[in-house]
Amino acid sequence: MAQRAQPMARDFPDIVKADGEQPIFAPDDQVRISMRFPIGHFRVPNYIRGKKGIVEAVIEPTIINNEEEGFGRNAGNKRHYYRIAIPLTELWPNYAGSSNDGLRIEVFETWLERIRG
Amino acid sequence: MNQQIHDHTPAPDSNHAAPGYYEVMETAVRELLFERKLITPGEIRRQIEVLDSRTPALGAKVVARAWVDPEFKARLLANGRRACEEFGISFYDETDLIVLENTDEVHNLIVCTLCSCYPRPVLGLPPDWYKLKPYRARAVKEPRSLLAEFGTVIPEDVEVRVSDSTATVRYLVLPQRPASTENYSEEQLAALVTRDAMIGVVKAEIPETKEMPQ
Repeated sequence: MAQRAQPMARDFPDIVKADGEQPIFAPDDQVRISMRFPIGHFRVPNYIRGKKGIVEAVIEPTIINNEEEGFGRNAGNKRHYYRIAIPLTELWPNYAGSSNDGLRIEVFETWLERIRG
Repeated sequence: MNQQIHDHTPAPDSNHAAPGYYEVMETAVRELLFERKLITPGEIRRQIEVLDSRTPALGAKVVARAWVDPEFKARLLANGRRACEEFGISFYDETDLIVLENTDEVHNLIVCTLCSCYPRPVLGLPPDWYKLKPYRARAVKEPRSLLAEFGTVIPEDVEVRVSDSTATVRYLVLPQRPASTENYSEEQLAALVTRDAMIGVVKAEIPETKEMPQ
Protein backbone atom coordinates (compact mmCIF):
# COMPACT_ATOMS: atom_id res chain seq x y z
CA MET A 1 0.00 0.00 0.00
CA ALA A 2 0.91 3.64 -0.17
CA GLN A 3 3.10 3.22 -3.23
CA ARG A 4 2.32 4.50 -6.68
CA ALA A 5 1.00 1.71 -8.90
CA GLN A 6 3.68 0.71 -11.37
CA PRO A 7 2.03 -0.32 -14.64
CA MET A 8 3.95 -3.01 -16.40
CA ALA A 9 3.62 -1.25 -19.73
CA ARG A 10 6.86 -2.80 -20.90
CA ASP A 11 5.34 -6.27 -20.74
CA PHE A 12 1.91 -5.44 -22.12
CA PRO A 13 2.25 -2.28 -24.21
CA ASP A 14 -1.21 -2.62 -25.79
CA ILE A 15 -3.18 -2.64 -22.53
CA VAL A 16 -5.43 0.40 -22.29
CA LYS A 17 -6.43 1.42 -18.78
CA ALA A 18 -9.99 2.51 -18.03
CA ASP A 19 -10.73 6.05 -16.95
CA GLY A 20 -9.78 6.54 -13.32
CA GLU A 21 -7.90 3.25 -13.04
CA GLN A 22 -4.51 4.86 -12.61
CA PRO A 23 -3.75 7.52 -10.03
CA ILE A 24 -3.46 10.96 -11.61
CA PHE A 25 -1.41 12.33 -8.70
CA ALA A 26 1.92 11.05 -7.41
CA PRO A 27 3.83 11.49 -4.14
CA ASP A 28 5.21 15.04 -3.71
CA ASP A 29 2.65 16.57 -6.10
CA GLN A 30 1.33 19.91 -4.84
CA VAL A 31 -2.43 20.03 -4.62
CA ARG A 32 -5.28 22.16 -3.39
CA ILE A 33 -8.42 20.71 -1.83
CA SER A 34 -11.41 21.91 -3.85
CA MET A 35 -13.31 24.85 -2.46
CA ARG A 36 -16.77 23.46 -3.11
CA PHE A 37 -19.81 23.19 -0.89
CA PRO A 38 -22.27 20.79 -2.53
CA ILE A 39 -25.46 19.94 -0.66
CA GLY A 40 -25.29 16.68 1.24
CA HIS A 41 -22.77 14.86 3.39
CA PHE A 42 -19.33 14.79 1.81
CA ARG A 43 -16.40 13.23 3.60
CA VAL A 44 -14.16 16.22 3.05
CA PRO A 45 -14.15 18.26 6.25
CA ASN A 46 -14.85 21.96 5.70
CA TYR A 47 -11.66 23.00 7.47
CA ILE A 48 -9.45 21.60 4.68
CA ARG A 49 -11.40 22.97 1.71
CA GLY A 50 -9.37 25.42 -0.32
CA LYS A 51 -6.16 24.54 1.57
CA LYS A 52 -2.87 23.58 -0.05
CA GLY A 53 -1.06 20.35 0.63
CA ILE A 54 1.30 17.75 -0.73
CA VAL A 55 0.51 14.19 -1.81
CA GLU A 56 2.30 11.92 0.65
CA ALA A 57 1.06 8.61 -0.75
CA VAL A 58 -1.39 7.05 -3.15
CA ILE A 59 -3.75 4.68 -1.35
CA GLU A 60 -4.29 1.44 -3.21
CA PRO A 61 -6.52 -0.03 -4.44
CA THR A 62 -9.07 2.21 -6.13
CA ILE A 63 -12.31 2.64 -4.21
CA ILE A 64 -15.82 3.38 -5.42
CA ASN A 65 -16.81 7.04 -5.17
CA ASN A 66 -18.98 6.71 -2.09
CA GLU A 67 -20.40 10.19 -2.60
CA GLU A 68 -21.95 9.02 -5.89
CA GLU A 69 -22.81 5.63 -4.45
CA GLY A 70 -24.84 7.48 -1.83
CA PHE A 71 -27.07 8.69 -4.67
CA GLY A 72 -27.38 5.24 -6.24
CA ARG A 73 -24.64 5.62 -8.85
CA ASN A 74 -22.20 2.85 -8.16
CA ALA A 75 -20.74 1.61 -11.41
CA GLY A 76 -17.58 2.65 -13.19
CA ASN A 77 -16.62 5.39 -10.77
CA LYS A 78 -13.70 3.93 -8.86
CA ARG A 79 -10.77 6.25 -8.17
CA HIS A 80 -7.94 6.63 -5.72
CA TYR A 81 -7.72 8.12 -2.30
CA TYR A 82 -4.56 10.06 -1.50
CA ARG A 83 -2.90 10.64 1.83
CA ILE A 84 -2.41 14.41 1.86
CA ALA A 85 -0.02 16.32 4.11
CA ILE A 86 -1.11 19.83 5.11
CA PRO A 87 0.88 22.03 7.53
CA LEU A 88 -1.20 23.14 10.53
CA THR A 89 -0.01 26.69 9.86
CA GLU A 90 -1.72 26.43 6.42
CA LEU A 91 -4.97 25.39 8.09
CA TRP A 92 -4.86 27.91 10.94
CA PRO A 93 -3.05 31.20 10.29
CA ASN A 94 -2.77 31.82 14.06
CA TYR A 95 -1.61 28.29 14.83
CA ALA A 96 0.22 28.22 18.16
CA GLY A 97 2.84 25.53 17.78
CA SER A 98 5.75 24.42 15.69
CA SER A 99 5.62 25.23 11.97
CA ASN A 100 6.57 21.58 11.44
CA ASP A 101 3.28 20.35 12.90
CA GLY A 102 1.05 18.82 10.28
CA LEU A 103 -2.14 17.07 9.32
CA ARG A 104 -2.46 13.86 7.34
CA ILE A 105 -5.83 13.15 5.76
CA GLU A 106 -7.29 10.94 3.03
CA VAL A 107 -8.89 12.85 0.17
CA PHE A 108 -10.68 11.34 -2.85
CA GLU A 109 -9.25 12.18 -6.27
CA THR A 110 -12.29 14.22 -7.35
CA TRP A 111 -11.60 16.73 -4.55
CA LEU A 112 -7.98 17.46 -5.50
CA GLU A 113 -6.76 20.19 -7.85
CA ARG A 114 -3.21 20.22 -9.13
CA ILE A 115 -1.07 23.24 -8.36
CA ARG A 116 1.30 23.81 -11.27
CA GLY A 117 4.77 24.41 -9.87
CA MET B 1 -37.15 -6.53 63.42
CA ASN B 2 -39.10 -3.61 62.14
CA GLN B 3 -39.64 -4.09 58.40
CA GLN B 4 -39.94 -0.35 57.92
CA ILE B 5 -36.23 0.01 58.55
CA HIS B 6 -35.30 -2.45 55.80
CA ASP B 7 -36.54 -0.57 52.73
CA HIS B 8 -36.37 -2.47 49.42
CA THR B 9 -37.77 0.28 47.21
CA PRO B 10 -35.80 -0.08 43.97
CA ALA B 11 -33.68 2.85 42.94
CA PRO B 12 -35.05 4.59 39.84
CA ASP B 13 -33.10 3.46 36.77
CA SER B 14 -32.31 5.46 33.69
CA ASN B 15 -34.62 3.34 31.51
CA HIS B 16 -37.53 5.45 32.74
CA ALA B 17 -36.23 8.43 30.77
CA ALA B 18 -37.98 8.88 27.42
CA PRO B 19 -35.80 7.65 24.51
CA GLY B 20 -34.23 10.36 22.41
CA TYR B 21 -34.90 11.04 18.74
CA TYR B 22 -32.02 8.94 17.38
CA GLU B 23 -32.75 6.06 19.74
CA VAL B 24 -36.36 5.94 18.52
CA MET B 25 -35.17 6.17 14.90
CA GLU B 26 -32.65 3.33 15.39
CA THR B 27 -35.27 1.07 16.96
CA ALA B 28 -37.80 1.86 14.22
CA VAL B 29 -35.34 1.15 11.40
CA ARG B 30 -34.08 -2.04 13.07
CA GLU B 31 -37.62 -3.34 13.56
CA LEU B 32 -38.52 -2.53 9.95
CA LEU B 33 -35.43 -4.41 8.74
CA PHE B 34 -36.42 -7.44 10.85
CA GLU B 35 -40.01 -7.25 9.60
CA ARG B 36 -38.89 -7.21 5.97
CA LYS B 37 -36.48 -10.07 6.76
CA LEU B 38 -33.50 -8.07 5.49
CA ILE B 39 -31.56 -8.82 8.67
CA THR B 40 -32.24 -11.06 11.65
CA PRO B 41 -31.93 -10.41 15.40
CA GLY B 42 -29.27 -13.15 15.42
CA GLU B 43 -27.12 -11.12 13.03
CA ILE B 44 -27.31 -8.07 15.29
CA ARG B 45 -26.37 -10.15 18.33
CA ARG B 46 -23.50 -11.73 16.41
CA GLN B 47 -22.13 -8.33 15.41
CA ILE B 48 -22.24 -7.19 19.04
CA GLU B 49 -20.20 -10.30 19.91
CA VAL B 50 -17.69 -9.42 17.18
CA LEU B 51 -17.28 -5.91 18.60
CA ASP B 52 -17.12 -7.10 22.20
CA SER B 53 -14.29 -9.47 21.29
CA ARG B 54 -12.11 -6.50 20.24
CA THR B 55 -10.31 -4.70 23.05
CA PRO B 56 -7.14 -2.60 23.44
CA ALA B 57 -5.41 -5.80 24.63
CA LEU B 58 -5.24 -6.89 20.97
CA GLY B 59 -3.54 -3.68 19.87
CA ALA B 60 -1.18 -3.90 22.86
CA LYS B 61 -0.03 -7.37 21.74
CA VAL B 62 0.60 -6.06 18.24
CA VAL B 63 2.65 -3.15 19.61
CA ALA B 64 4.68 -5.37 21.96
CA ARG B 65 5.48 -7.74 19.08
CA ALA B 66 6.65 -4.80 16.98
CA TRP B 67 8.93 -3.70 19.85
CA VAL B 68 10.66 -7.09 20.07
CA ASP B 69 10.60 -8.20 16.42
CA PRO B 70 12.08 -5.72 13.91
CA GLU B 71 10.91 -7.77 10.91
CA PHE B 72 7.35 -7.80 12.19
CA LYS B 73 7.59 -4.08 12.84
CA ALA B 74 8.66 -3.50 9.23
CA ARG B 75 5.68 -5.51 7.98
CA LEU B 76 3.37 -3.65 10.37
CA LEU B 77 4.51 -0.25 9.12
CA ALA B 78 4.33 -1.38 5.47
CA ASN B 79 0.79 -2.75 5.75
CA GLY B 80 -0.91 -2.58 9.12
CA ARG B 81 -3.86 -4.70 8.18
CA ARG B 82 -1.83 -7.60 6.75
CA ALA B 83 0.44 -7.67 9.79
CA CYS B 84 -2.50 -7.69 12.23
CA GLU B 85 -4.10 -10.48 10.23
CA GLU B 86 -1.00 -12.55 11.04
CA PHE B 87 -2.30 -12.45 14.63
CA GLY B 88 -5.72 -13.64 13.46
CA ILE B 89 -7.20 -10.16 13.91
CA SER B 90 -9.82 -9.95 11.17
CA PHE B 91 -10.90 -6.69 9.58
CA TYR B 92 -14.61 -7.43 9.55
CA ASP B 93 -15.45 -3.86 8.51
CA GLU B 94 -13.25 -3.88 5.37
CA THR B 95 -11.08 -1.05 6.64
CA ASP B 96 -7.35 -0.75 6.08
CA LEU B 97 -4.85 0.18 8.75
CA ILE B 98 -1.95 2.60 8.67
CA VAL B 99 0.35 2.21 11.67
CA LEU B 100 2.03 5.47 12.65
CA GLU B 101 5.36 5.16 14.41
CA ASN B 102 6.25 7.62 17.14
CA THR B 103 9.93 8.56 17.13
CA ASP B 104 12.22 11.15 18.71
CA GLU B 105 11.22 13.46 15.82
CA VAL B 106 7.49 12.80 15.38
CA HIS B 107 4.56 12.36 17.75
CA ASN B 108 1.39 11.01 16.13
CA LEU B 109 -2.19 11.63 17.22
CA ILE B 110 -5.33 10.17 15.65
CA VAL B 111 -8.79 11.67 15.31
CA CYS B 112 -11.93 11.51 13.19
CA THR B 113 -13.24 15.07 12.86
CA LEU B 114 -16.32 13.97 10.89
CA CYS B 115 -17.59 11.27 13.22
CA SER B 116 -15.94 8.45 15.17
CA CYS B 117 -13.80 6.39 12.76
CA TYR B 118 -11.51 4.30 14.95
CA PRO B 119 -9.41 1.15 14.53
CA ARG B 120 -12.19 -0.99 16.01
CA PRO B 121 -10.85 -4.32 14.68
CA VAL B 122 -7.74 -3.90 16.87
CA LEU B 123 -8.94 -1.64 19.72
CA GLY B 124 -12.68 -2.24 20.05
CA LEU B 125 -15.06 0.63 20.77
CA PRO B 126 -13.61 4.15 21.09
CA PRO B 127 -13.76 6.03 24.40
CA ASP B 128 -16.62 8.54 24.69
CA TRP B 129 -14.32 11.58 24.63
CA TYR B 130 -12.92 10.45 21.28
CA LYS B 131 -16.41 10.81 19.76
CA LEU B 132 -17.21 14.20 21.28
CA LYS B 133 -16.77 17.52 19.48
CA PRO B 134 -14.23 19.13 21.84
CA TYR B 135 -11.68 16.39 21.18
CA ARG B 136 -12.46 16.19 17.45
CA ALA B 137 -12.15 19.93 16.93
CA ARG B 138 -9.14 20.56 19.14
CA ALA B 139 -7.10 17.62 17.88
CA VAL B 140 -6.63 19.33 14.52
CA LYS B 141 -6.64 22.94 15.72
CA GLU B 142 -4.61 22.96 18.92
CA PRO B 143 -3.16 19.48 19.35
CA ARG B 144 -0.36 20.61 21.66
CA SER B 145 -2.61 22.13 24.32
CA LEU B 146 -4.99 19.17 23.97
CA LEU B 147 -2.09 16.77 24.54
CA ALA B 148 -0.87 18.82 27.48
CA GLU B 149 -4.26 18.30 29.13
CA PHE B 150 -3.61 14.57 28.88
CA GLY B 151 -0.27 15.23 30.60
CA THR B 152 1.67 14.83 27.36
CA VAL B 153 3.96 17.76 26.71
CA ILE B 154 5.62 17.55 23.31
CA PRO B 155 8.90 19.48 22.92
CA GLU B 156 8.79 22.26 20.35
CA ASP B 157 11.38 20.52 18.13
CA VAL B 158 9.25 17.37 17.90
CA GLU B 159 6.68 17.43 15.08
CA VAL B 160 3.08 16.82 16.09
CA ARG B 161 1.41 14.91 13.26
CA VAL B 162 -2.37 14.55 13.40
CA SER B 163 -4.06 11.95 11.21
CA ASP B 164 -7.75 12.63 10.49
CA SER B 165 -9.65 9.56 9.35
CA THR B 166 -12.19 10.29 6.59
CA ALA B 167 -12.29 7.21 4.40
CA THR B 168 -11.72 3.47 4.75
CA VAL B 169 -8.29 3.87 6.31
CA ARG B 170 -7.94 3.62 10.08
CA TYR B 171 -4.86 4.52 12.12
CA LEU B 172 -3.04 2.98 15.06
CA VAL B 173 -0.19 4.76 16.83
CA LEU B 174 2.90 2.67 17.53
CA PRO B 175 4.21 4.29 20.72
CA GLN B 176 7.91 4.43 21.56
CA ARG B 177 9.15 1.60 23.73
CA PRO B 178 9.80 2.95 27.23
CA ALA B 179 13.40 3.14 28.39
CA SER B 180 14.71 0.53 30.86
CA THR B 181 12.52 -2.25 29.50
CA GLU B 182 15.35 -4.29 27.94
CA ASN B 183 14.63 -7.22 30.25
CA TYR B 184 10.86 -7.19 29.85
CA SER B 185 9.13 -10.15 28.25
CA GLU B 186 6.77 -9.52 25.32
CA GLU B 187 3.85 -10.06 27.70
CA GLN B 188 5.23 -7.57 30.23
CA LEU B 189 5.74 -5.05 27.43
CA ALA B 190 2.14 -5.49 26.23
CA ALA B 191 0.94 -4.58 29.73
CA LEU B 192 2.59 -1.14 29.32
CA VAL B 193 0.62 -0.32 26.17
CA THR B 194 -2.61 1.50 26.91
CA ARG B 195 -5.52 2.36 24.64
CA ASP B 196 -4.67 6.04 24.98
CA ALA B 197 -1.06 5.43 23.93
CA MET B 198 -2.34 3.81 20.74
CA ILE B 199 -4.57 6.85 20.08
CA GLY B 200 -1.51 9.01 20.70
CA VAL B 201 -2.78 11.14 23.59
CA VAL B 202 -0.21 9.69 25.99
CA LYS B 203 3.09 7.82 25.76
CA ALA B 204 3.67 4.23 26.77
CA GLU B 205 5.28 4.36 30.20
CA ILE B 206 6.30 2.18 33.08
CA PRO B 207 3.69 2.89 35.74
CA GLU B 208 5.08 4.62 38.80
CA THR B 209 5.25 2.15 41.63
CA LYS B 210 4.08 3.28 45.00
CA GLU B 211 6.52 2.73 47.87
CA MET B 212 5.15 0.00 50.06
CA PRO B 213 5.40 0.75 53.77
CA GLN B 214 7.96 -1.53 55.39
